[in-house]
Amino acid sequence: MDPIRILIVDDSSVMRKIVERSLRQAGLEISQVLEAANGAEALASVSENKVDLILSDINMPVMDGLEFVKQLAGVANAKGVPVVMITTEGSEGHVVQALSAGARGYIRKPFTPDQVKAHVLPVLAAKV
Amino acid sequence: MTGPETALTKEMHDAWLPILQLASQEVFELMLASKLEVAASGLQDSGLDLTAMVGLSGQICGVLTIRCSSKSAEVMACRMLGVDPEAAKEAMCDAAGEVCNMVAGNFKNKISGLGDGCMLSVPTVITGGDYSVHPQASDPALRALMTFESAPVVLSLEIHS
Repeated sequence: MDPIRILIVDDSSVMRKIVERSLRQAGLEISQVLEAANGAEALASVSENKVDLILSDINMPVMDGLEFVKQLAGVANAKGVPVVMITTEGSEGHVVQALSAGARGYIRKPFTPDQVKAHVLPVLAAKV
Repeated sequence: MTGPETALTKEMHDAWLPILQLASQEVFELMLASKLEVAASGLQDSGLDLTAMVGLSGQICGVLTIRCSSKSAEVMACRMLGVDPEAAKEAMCDAAGEVCNMVAGNFKNKISGLGDGCMLSVPTVITGGDYSVHPQASDPALRALMTFESAPVVLSLEIHS
């Protein structure tokens, strides 16, 4: 797999660092990491940058993760870019909402690097 | 869970306390690679100058708080980021808020019917100890006294019925 460009969306900078570290521990080669603190920042980022994978929290100020995923469908740059939600909202209802909005995977916090690997690698494989 | 809102009954208090303890222990184990232990009775919880809080609304309305010392919050950031304590200092509020967020989420996801019926706010963190809390809750809080690397950490769930 070629090195990938990722966008991590979370209002916690600590969590953004943990997600990046977990992806590297999962064996992903990452060429570029972009960060956004909410859905609105993330939309602006993908409008200007090409990314291969987006990992997004749900509960965020300004624009939450579900609204971000819905609006992402209208961003030309982001066509076909998979989004995996990483969130504390772990109920069945939230999973269904996220997948219906367009997310391709769902990881519940707290998580292990192995869980990140198990959810992200199939999503990337399906994209290729 | 039944009804639009739920008061904290004695039965729920007894059943939920070990769930709150477990939910917090899982967060510390998975995200900090650290143990959070149930404190022995009599542990002093003075000098806790950092409070992280997350609001809950829906089937239960209330606030989950985690109180600890700034030093403990620095160590939490240190463990989460894998950096030395000095580098983790500026991330302590973010780290404590995120820990509180994950404990709240993990707790509600363990209680049947609460996962979908209760939303979480984004976390808020207060530093300093010179303030008073005036809860609107009519029931006594669910309170778990824990230790993280021998220092006290107090979890509290106030339910506004």
